[in-house]
Amino acid sequence: MFSDYTASELGAIFAMQGFAGLILFSVFVLMALGLAIIFGQMGVINMAHGEFMILGAYVTYLLSNFFADYIPALFSMYFFLAMLCAFVASGALGLLVEWALIRHLYKRPLDTLLATWGLSLILQQIYRSVFGAREVGVTIPDWMMGSLPLTDMIEIPINGIFVMVLAVSISIAVYVMMYRSRWGQQVRAINNNRQMADAVGINTAWTDRMTFAIGCGVAGVAGSAFTMIGSTGPTAGQQYIVDTFLVVVFGGAGSLLGTIASAFSISQAQSIMEFFLSGSMAKVLTLLTVVCILMLRPQGLFTLKLRK
Amino acid sequence: MTKSDTPMGTKGLSRRAVLAGGAALTASLFAPKGLRAQDFPTAAVNTTGLAVTDDTVTIGILHSVTGTMAISETGSVQAEKLAIEQINAQGGILGRKIEYVQEDGGSDWPTFAEKAKKLLVQDKVASVMGCWTSASRKAVLPVFEQYNGMLYYPTFYEGLEESPNVIYTGQEATQQIIAGLDWVNKTKGAKSFYLLGSDYIWPRTSNKIARKHIENFMDGCKVVGEDYYPLGHTQFNSVINKIRLKKPDVIYAIVVGGSNVAFYKQLKAAGIDMTKEDPILLTISVTEDEIRGIGGENIDGAYACMKYFQSLDNPNNAEFVTAFKEMWGDDIVIGDVTQAAYLGPWLWKAAVEKAGSFDVDKVREASPGIELPTAPEGYVKIHENHHLWSKTRVGHAKADGQYEVVYETAELVEPDPFPEGYQ
Repeated sequence: MFSDYTASELGAIFAMQGFAGLILFSVFVLMALGLAIIFGQMGVINMAHGEFMILGAYVTYLLSNFFADYIPALFSMYFFLAMLCAFVASGALGLLVEWALIRHLYKRPLDTLLATWGLSLILQQIYRSVFGAREVGVTIPDWMMGSLPLTDMIEIPINGIFVMVLAVSISIAVYVMMYRSRWGQQVRAINNNRQMADAVGINTAWTDRMTFAIGCGVAGVAGSAFTMIGSTGPTAGQQYIVDTFLVVVFGGAGSLLGTIASAFSISQAQSIMEFFLSGSMAKVLTLLTVVCILMLRPQGLFTLKLRK
Repeated sequence: MTKSDTPMGTKGLSRRAVLAGGAALTASLFAPKGLRAQDFPTAAVNTTGLAVTDDTVTIGILHSVTGTMAISETGSVQAEKLAIEQINAQGGILGRKIEYVQEDGGSDWPTFAEKAKKLLVQDKVASVMGCWTSASRKAVLPVFEQYNGMLYYPTFYEGLEESPNVIYTGQEATQQIIAGLDWVNKTKGAKSFYLLGSDYIWPRTSNKIARKHIENFMDGCKVVGEDYYPLGHTQFNSVINKIRLKKPDVIYAIVVGGSNVAFYKQLKAAGIDMTKEDPILLTISVTEDEIRGIGGENIDGAYACMKYFQSLDNPNNAEFVTAFKEMWGDDIVIGDVTQAAYLGPWLWKAAVEKAGSFDVDKVREASPGIELPTAPEGYVKIHENHHLWSKTRVGHAKADGQYEVVYETAELVEPDPFPEGYQ
């Protein structure tokens, strides 16, 4: 298939394709980080993860309208504020959900699957009633929508760079929180042994609540960022949930590095195969490979060394 | 679901009252046809036990107002309610007011079948306006054929179907596809095409027809790529790179749902400016409804091929758009399927009046040849095969989310659900 093209054309295409893979990688990391915290550290199977993301997207939508109507002068900068508000809104909802629902289910982790699935249906219907069944259009500031022409052939989408920078910064923030802060230490202690953590004086109830809220907040930021590349509608969260769980489970629950490594391998495999095969076939092969690897290595790519 | 759904709370109710009042006034001023119920005794117009009384007739509305498909089907429900209201304001059908029972298919195909059975068996409705996806239509089809109901189906679809129990008010695939491909070939000199779609029956069948037409009936034209992505796919960077590599004259896109938004946003972000028409983007899946989600600025410059655009300039359409906005709010947009859904109740009314009866068999017999000169899209006529003769148009997307009509076929295009040489 490459015989008709010159070397420079091929070089350009491979460069752009490599970049497409990196964008997909960043998208996966953003999707999965929130869930990696909630599922990985707390063992809660949060099926409503996509809906927390979409809450962030709707917050972005509301703010874009607000800025366009009242402060058009600052419109080009609203997106940063939107991401912050998305974090706060999704986090606050997470706090509420943990208090009302999740904390009663810590001893029955499988039931969290059903409960949060129900929650996701309820949230979808609430979005539908409040914002309407139709997708809403989020206006993105012009400077974020263009592309940077590096050479005549190579053009790099600006929103791709934005997503990459965001993914890296949030990953670093989560890493610092999890592995370099006192709070992270407590979270990991609870994950290791809840009763012992209780016994040594860690406020497990409060730590759990904050962990869940932060996981949801990160999901909200991801949802806000995805208004640049995807749709915002009541059921849009469902588009992300399968890939998200795939990344987290494949990477090994509980390991941040695993999540990142798994996001990288899945995104590269998928983006390369999409280029050579049809889109649906690429997806099938990716899923098949993941299933095979998980059969051989059910704990995922990376695992924590724990004394059980 | 209740029979007295108010569209937009009390505000909508008052709008509606004003509208109905206005329409009634017009009707009385211009002397309606004066079909009075007593001229058509119930026993004579309803020999099969349908829900017809001396002054009412009940029909069903069967769409998804919850679940994924609610995004698309909401417009159809609104259009059907508007048509019913206007018919009632003109004095109803055979002197009888239309009442409706609305059921929610919930975006779930077995639910559609179950609700269809309920409407036909329990409510005994005289006809049903409903369905949107092909999957939901296929699910209710056996029910309509078993209990002999009549379904008015609004969506443009892949064809390959012709049921005595369905009137297809949208275009079948050849009507929508062929005229558009010929147009882009003749006026833009396009020779090479990249076919792209979501991975299910409608895009695949449509692209099959497009490929056959390009390869067999268009001189010197070729398909340089064909690709499908799962429904809900949100990452199109790889295919955009493939398109760059193949350098087609036309990207022929049949992407649907949330994927649509992702596709056009990423196309724009990748630096493909559709207003430069290099390549030209031609779609058959983006109506004004979808543009609201995509954002007009992200699809500015693309071309769409279908039978109706909100911007169509004719008196019927001006009246329709005004009435629609009065009933459902000023910020609403009207897409191709919404207009097709609006035709349903009117075509049924015309058939009932021609037959002088609500009986499904008589309505079916009367349907072929029914003309609707008042259709917003212009004149339409029911073909023997239960599809509509209609014109096909090409619209040029503008940043404000509307299409500018740049081409329309000179003649009505004949519906051909089983096209020879295209299978």
